Amino acid sequence: MKDVCKPKGHSHECDCGKECLSVIGDRAVIDLHLSPTQPMHYTTLNCVMRKAMRRGCLSIELRGVMGQRYLASTASAPGLYIAVHGTPGNDLGAFLNGPTIEVFGNAQDMTGNTMNSGKIVVHGNAWDVTGLAARGGQILVKGDTGYRVGIHMKEFGESRPTMVIGGTAKDYLGEYMAGGTILVLGLNGIVPVGRSLGAGMHGGRIFVRGKVSPEQLGPGAALSSLNPEDEKEVRMLISDFVKAFGTDVPDDMSEYVKIAPSSSRPFSGYYDKTNV
Amino acid sequence: MSDTPSTKRLDHRLPERFVPTINYDLCRVCRRCVNDCSYQALEFRESKVVSSGGCVACGRCIAVCPANCIEVRPVPPQFAPHGNWSERSRRSILAQASSGGVLLSSCGADDEHPAIFDDLLLDAAQVTNPSIDPLREPVETVTYLGRRPGRLEVCDGKVMIREDDTPLIRMDMPLMFGHISLGSISYNAQKALFMAAKELNIVAGSGEGGLHPDFYQYADRICSEVASGRFGIKPEYLKGVAAVEIKIGQGAKPGHGGHLPGEKVTTMISETRMIPRGTDALSPYPHHDIYSIEDLAQLISVLKESTEYRLPVGVKIAAVHNVGAIASGLVRAGADFLTVDGYKGGTGAAPRVIRDHAGLPVEVAIAAVDKRLTQEGLRNRVTVCAGGGIRSSADMIKALALGADVVMVSTSAMIAMGCRVCQQCHRGLCSWGIATQRDDLTARLDSNVAAARIVHLFRAWNEELKEVLGAMGIDAVESLVGNRDRLRYRGPNPKIAEVMNVKHIGEGWG
Repeated sequence: MKDVCKPKGHSHECDCGKECLSVIGDRAVIDLHLSPTQPMHYTTLNCVMRKAMRRGCLSIELRGVMGQRYLASTASAPGLYIAVHGTPGNDLGAFLNGPTIEVFGNAQDMTGNTMNSGKIVVHGNAWDVTGLAARGGQILVKGDTGYRVGIHMKEFGESRPTMVIGGTAKDYLGEYMAGGTILVLGLNGIVPVGRSLGAGMHGGRIFVRGKVSPEQLGPGAALSSLNPEDEKEVRMLISDFVKAFGTDVPDDMSEYVKIAPSSSRPFSGYYDKTNV
Repeated sequence: MSDTPSTKRLDHRLPERFVPTINYDLCRVCRRCVNDCSYQALEFRESKVVSSGGCVACGRCIAVCPANCIEVRPVPPQFAPHGNWSERSRRSILAQASSGGVLLSSCGADDEHPAIFDDLLLDAAQVTNPSIDPLREPVETVTYLGRRPGRLEVCDGKVMIREDDTPLIRMDMPLMFGHISLGSISYNAQKALFMAAKELNIVAGSGEGGLHPDFYQYADRICSEVASGRFGIKPEYLKGVAAVEIKIGQGAKPGHGGHLPGEKVTTMISETRMIPRGTDALSPYPHHDIYSIEDLAQLISVLKESTEYRLPVGVKIAAVHNVGAIASGLVRAGADFLTVDGYKGGTGAAPRVIRDHAGLPVEVAIAAVDKRLTQEGLRNRVTVCAGGGIRSSADMIKALALGADVVMVSTSAMIAMGCRVCQQCHRGLCSWGIATQRDDLTARLDSNVAAARIVHLFRAWNEELKEVLGAMGIDAVESLVGNRDRLRYRGPNPKIAEVMNVKHIGEGWG
């Protein structure tokens, strides 16, 4: 297999990033501080990570990450755990397919882009478009998230993505949502979600702790209270969150509201098929 | 009387557009036509087959009639003649006043505006440059898809092949099949396309619908599509294929998203797209992770990381007015190939107003992209693909001469399978088993036969390409690409020729 770590100029057996990589058993540590080029280029880091995965490592610890993008994209090794110390760049865990990624810091935009399965845990904030088009797996964010989070999440059969946001989410949360569950805990004690909430959603569900006014809803979204099944799901997601971060979460279900689509066929009747 | 809208029937009955006419002297009353008409435009009444309205001229009855006794006739104008208020404009108003809906259509723009291709004439070799007989001398049509090295590197007198370049995909002709998703067309139809692509050694687009498990056997000839709905994207959908293409736009509906109605989301479609059965499959209008060229560069980069730089990653855009500058942005963002889709390109469903009125003719778009990329020194780094209304080998040849490396065809491949371009794909009732998910209809299409017909068609086109190349005295298709000097314009508007950088008829070389 050809090791390609940069789009340009790398020989077959590349050794870039070798200063940073240490492997003991099935545990790898990649310390970016030891890289002779600072900051380390994302292609190099991704290449080193792929090398560690190819060697069958089940745990990869990244130290000193400084905005490197596309980390662990399409990573598929079952049971793999990746710890990220520092701040990963955009598209962390894109197309992720099984592994768990834990970020001890903030994540940037598009975390978990189109992820298939696996888990991403962020101990800080995760910004815009987190969980775009996710089809499975779980994203847990301790802090706040940005705009257009959880857009077009979908579900199929057993694959059902879930996302828990400890703090707040901004506008367009769950836009185009076609499946899965988003839970916003609003632990920062301010307005938990922004405007155009669930705009155009035609599947899935959003639970919010705190006040949501009808003016905040986007077209196609409807506000309701939780049924017993919803409460069960919310409690399960809360326990996932508590397990990951060890924070207390109020679980008085009367504080939670549900946002769900008013129809799974939002555009039926919108079109005219007359043969003119 | 109250002012609330009437509860009375709002519909105005529209005149028929086509009427199947049966020659009863020949009819054997086998009723095959009645059984085969998925639009229920024929019925058996009082011992004979009669028209029951709603004929769309799909031509199925004509093809299956063993007595050859059916003729589908267009109904002559039924409204008082008017030069401005065409029959269609009045029908559209009447329909929308009844429904209040957005008019839906399919296939490509069907306006009668002539294609610019028809205003272009090809050159041929005479005396000063000898022509070549392609039946006796080699004329090369092999074409590569992907990022070009730009220049050769020579070291110690040897040409160096640079390992770090993304591999190129070899195709035996400068033609690929466009992206038609499973969902918009049937399993058998998509299978036929993939089989034909394998046989022809070209590339076929997957469309945005994921890839059915049965079709991974053709993966080395499939370009998988990453569009705004991100349906069916799994690691093997990205890694195991020939190339990956990010779809930004489609010529038939620039700026518009996708909408596969819930009726078409059968069990098979739901499994391939990975969405629940019966729900509408919506592709958002934009990619919400792409609001700029810089964002596009990120999606290209993450796809390259994901495929470990083993595959070309391309971008497809609809031909719009600023297409040259956008194409330049795509190349700078890292696209290995780019596809420009003209406004006459096909669709399984699009609002009529967009299909017929938005975008650019592909001929102009190709010339604009080729010119802009050349000016910026980028043209020799990428493969330019172009599609949207390529109806014949002549169109293909003219598109290449205007500056495309590869043409993308879809509708012509479907016509080869049996499609008659009745433009009812959005209704899901395709009587030929192509644009439908109804089991009884899809069973009518034999993938092997359809694939063989597609192979025949494009082999013939490739022979015609060689004939023309030979007649021009060109021995490799690469030398035709962007060779606008071999075209002349004979149409009504010399400004078009000027924009395309094509000389007018009568203008010589000097």
